[in-house]
Order: sequence, then structure tokens, then C-alpha cells
Amino acid sequence: MDNSYLIKTENLSKVYPMGRTQIKALNQVSLSFKRGEFAGLVGPSGSGKTTLLNIIGSLDVPSQGSAQVMGLKVEKLTHREAAGLRNRHIGFIFQTFNLLPVYTAYENIEFPLLLLRMPSIERRKAVREALEWLGLADRAKSKPAQLSGGESQRVAIARAVVKRPAILLADEPTANLDAENSHHILQTMVALNKELGTTFLFATHDEKVINYLRRKIVLVDGKVARDEILLPGPEGGRP
Amino acid sequence: MILLRLAIKNLIGAGIRSWLNAFVISLALVASIWNQSLLLGTDEQSTRASTEAEYGNGQYWQESYDPLDPLSLDNGHSLLPAPLERLVGEGRATPILVTQATIYPQGRMRSVLLKGIDPAQKVLSIPSAGLAAEGEELPALIGGRMAKASGLREGDTVMVRWREAGGAFNALEARIVRVMSTSIQSIDMNQLWVPLDRLQTMTRLEGQASLVVLGRDVAAVGPQAGWSFKDLGFLLKDIRELVETKNVGRIVMFTILMLLGMLAVFDTQVLSIFRRRKEMGMLMALGFTRGQVIRLFTLEGALHGILAVVVGAIYGIPLMIYFYRHGYVLPSGTEGFGFSIGETIYPVLSVGLVLSVTLLVLVVTTIVSFLPTRRIAKLKPTDALRGRFS
Repeated sequence: MDNSYLIKTENLSKVYPMGRTQIKALNQVSLSFKRGEFAGLVGPSGSGKTTLLNIIGSLDVPSQGSAQVMGLKVEKLTHREAAGLRNRHIGFIFQTFNLLPVYTAYENIEFPLLLLRMPSIERRKAVREALEWLGLADRAKSKPAQLSGGESQRVAIARAVVKRPAILLADEPTANLDAENSHHILQTMVALNKELGTTFLFATHDEKVINYLRRKIVLVDGKVARDEILLPGPEGGRP
Repeated sequence: MILLRLAIKNLIGAGIRSWLNAFVISLALVASIWNQSLLLGTDEQSTRASTEAEYGNGQYWQESYDPLDPLSLDNGHSLLPAPLERLVGEGRATPILVTQATIYPQGRMRSVLLKGIDPAQKVLSIPSAGLAAEGEELPALIGGRMAKASGLREGDTVMVRWREAGGAFNALEARIVRVMSTSIQSIDMNQLWVPLDRLQTMTRLEGQASLVVLGRDVAAVGPQAGWSFKDLGFLLKDIRELVETKNVGRIVMFTILMLLGMLAVFDTQVLSIFRRRKEMGMLMALGFTRGQVIRLFTLEGALHGILAVVVGAIYGIPLMIYFYRHGYVLPSGTEGFGFSIGETIYPVLSVGLVLSVTLLVLVVTTIVSFLPTRRIAKLKPTDALRGRFS
């Protein structure tokens, strides 16, 4: 495999047993992503977007083929190694935010850094910076229940980027947000992508997100139907 | 540390549910310590009262004497061996002569034991000095239970009929010189304590005794011909067995309370694991291993035990201090649950008792908290994120 790619899949297939039959969620997918890409997996429900995202995120393993992330073959990782890869190099943003309900916004953002055993001074600095980037400085002490949907997603993004991961995987990040919040979030992501060089990979069928992508991979029935390079507008998105 | 921090936050975040669980467990904890301390107190009081008023530091029994066999009383007496005679002379032991008799209080017939004791003895805490009264009537000392059962009061006279050594019956008027308050049934019910020399004369058993009680700091003087030594281990055996029996009841009660507490913890854990699958998935996405998720949930459950200790301490310590100072007054009509104890029991607490029960509660809570988490071991992160179980 070529190590210049951050993510590379080769003939990747994923099969799920469904009773006596088998569902092929991914079929011979070969893709590669370089550092700093802002790409999206696009397609209808059941096309295999989330499955591919999960395998790249080492949350799942392929049935056939290979997925290489940060030079590590996902299919060969132990649970502990996969957890370590996620901990150090991958950030996740989910549709439903998935914040820890008992933690404040500050503590939620701080959590991945605690897992990385970052010293407290550096940790505080990193969390403060993340709060500033996401415009959450005044919501630091609020718990998820006290935050709006947009604020919750911004906390989730801050939590994902605070450890400066090489890869950020976002599964339908705007599905629960209104148009204004969606644009605000996406502009923030574009800025983070530029500033930190983080590779963003989305799974989405939301047009608002697609408008911001610089690369669009269309999946249909678990296969790559199209892989397009797109030109962004002046603010990251296209009018 | 991160696990502990998160577990504490989750526990506090669960609000009233956590407190209720902790309260139920704390009930088991406090009730168990309370019960055990009461039993220890009962044992200690009972042992002390029995040794002070009946057993001394052990007894020499005439070889035919058996307090549980009335037929042995006719022959269960003899002259004291010299070493025992010497101890008695030094006031370090006291002889007791036991014989059967019948009294007729208020026209009723009642079989009793006549127990002759030296009025001047200081070995047992029986108010025998009152028996020193002179006169034709036989001075007699009875216990409170006996007074109640027979209707006799201080100053009353009662006919006593006994059998002399030769087999002939004789009778005498006895005067109750004192009704003693004692917690020991075996020196009270159906017994008349009379002066030893009078009883020896009455039965024509001069110088003889059925048993000799050693003073509290007096060691046994070795085997004596015709007499056998009964140490405290033997004499207190019944009390110890009774305490053991009560202990079984305590364990049953503790188990029931613990089961209730553990059921609450188990239920909470199962519910928590079921409801928080997405959270588990998120934790795994952030880099938690399954082992760490299991440890987190186990820790959360185990913290119920620690919270229970705190809650138990809040109400248990003042409660214990109160009863330690004022004692636990037995309900009226209670005869000490079969023990030789007073109307008030003073609980005996020890650091070992508190620590062992607390440790037991913590260990059991941790085990019960762990059991439902085993399901997490098979959980796939992707299923967890979707809110499913693998």
C-alpha cells in the first residue's frame, strides 16, 4: 500500500448476515484520501456510507479487502489497538451529538484529552482554544441538556477536534440542525480543515453539506458510482 | 482516575435513583452492624452477669451432682477436699449445697431447689448478706421472677418441706428476707437461697456441698477426688450456643436486606446498560476499550456501596452513639430473648465488626454491579452507536 495516503481502502467489502441471507453493505470499494481532504460519501440510505465510515474509523472491520488508516490495517487491529487508533488519530461527529449528559460542555471537550493523559496545563489551553474556535466560551459550564442543537453539535465538533486528530469522521452531522446552524457548523469545519489540516470525511445526503465538499464520492448499493473533485466557493461552500 | 471521575458524575447525575439504592444498601449495612453489636453486647453482658452471679471463675461439682438431673441431688454432695476447703476459708471460693424441697405459697404447692450459700461470701454477686438474719424462721432470698411466679414478697413467710439425709420429711417456716433483682434465670426461678449452715443442719449434711464456686481471679486447684472441675467454656456453652443461634437469625436478616439492596443495584445496572448503549458506543469511538467500559459501569455500581457507607454513617453513627450510651431497652414482657441479660442491652461495637461488614457490603455490591456488565464484552461499537446490542 502507498503510505502517502492517510486512508486507503482496497477491494473493501462488508457483508452483514440477515437471517439466512446476507446483505452486502460494501462491494469492492477502493478509495484513498490524502491529508487535508474535505470529502464526503454521498448516497441514499443503505448505500454503505456509514459502514465505510465505521470501518475507516476502526469501529468495524471489513469482511473482505483491506482498509489502511494512518498506516495501520484496520482488519488486523486488536480491540485495544483499534481503541488506541481512535483515541489518538480519529475524531467522530455523530448525527445525535452523543455528548456525555453528566458533563459540562468544557468537560465533554476535555474528555478525549484526559484519555490521552495530556498534562493539565496543556489540556486547559487546548480546551479553551477549542471553545474559542467554536464560539462556545460562554457555554463552557452548561450541560448538554441546557444547550441548543447547534450548540450541542459545536461541542461535539470541539470534542472531536480538540485532540487535533489527523482524521475527522462526521456521520450526518447536520441532520438534526436547521439551515442556519448547519451553515455555521460547516463553515467552522472548513476553517478547521484549513487551519489544522485535518482530513474531514463526511457521510451525508444533505445538500447543505454536499455544497461544502471539495470531493464527493457517490455510493450506490455499496459500490463507488462516482468520485468527483469539486470547486468550493469563496467561503468554503458553493452558492 | 478518568473512570472514577466519570463514574462519580454518572452516579450523581442519576439523582434520586442513586440515593434510593444507596439507602437500601445502607439499611442492610446499619442493620447488620446493629444486630451484630447487639448480639455481642448480649453475649458480653450475659457472660459477665453469669460469671459474676453464678459461675465465678469456674466450679467444682461433686461427682454425682448434675444440675439437670433432679435425681442426682440426693447423692450429689460431699465434704470438701482440703484444697477447696482452704480456698473457702480464704474467702476465694464459696460452697453451695443444693437440695430439693416443696413450698406452699398461698396454698399452692411448688417444687423448688433449696440452695445453701454462706451469707458472708463475696465470691458471687448475690445479696446473700441478708441471709444472716437470726431466728426460728429460715431466712430465704428469692429472685424477682420467682417472686412474681409465686406471689411472694419481702417479709412474707412460706412453708418449706424438705427431705432429710435419712429420707424423713421435715418442714419449716421460711421468711423472704429479700427479693433480688437478677437477670439470671438459673439462680432465680423456683429457687430459695438460704444460709448454708442452716441447710446443712436441716439436711444433716454438715460440712457438705454440691458445688464450689471459685472467685473471679482464682485458678482451679487441679483434679480433686470425687469432684470434677467445670471451666467457663463448659459452663457458658449454652449461652454461646444461644448466641450462635441468634447469629443465624441475624445472618438471615442481613441476607434479606442485602438481597433487596443488591436487587436494586442489579436492576439499576441492567437498566443503565440498556439505556446507555449509545453512550457506550460514543465512549468506544473516543478510544475506550470494552474493558474500560465494563470497568466504568462496574465502578458506577460499586460506588453505590460507597455511597451507602456514607449514607449509613450519617444516620448510623448517631444511632449507635445513642444506644452505646443509653442502651437498648428490651420491650416489656421480653425475658431477654432467652439470655441472662438485664432489661437494657448495651451494644458492643468494634472496628473489626464495622470494617468487616462494610467490606462485605462493598465486595458484594461490586460483584453484583459487575454481573450485568459482562454483556458489554460482546458489544460491537457500531451496534452500540445505533443503540443496539450485538
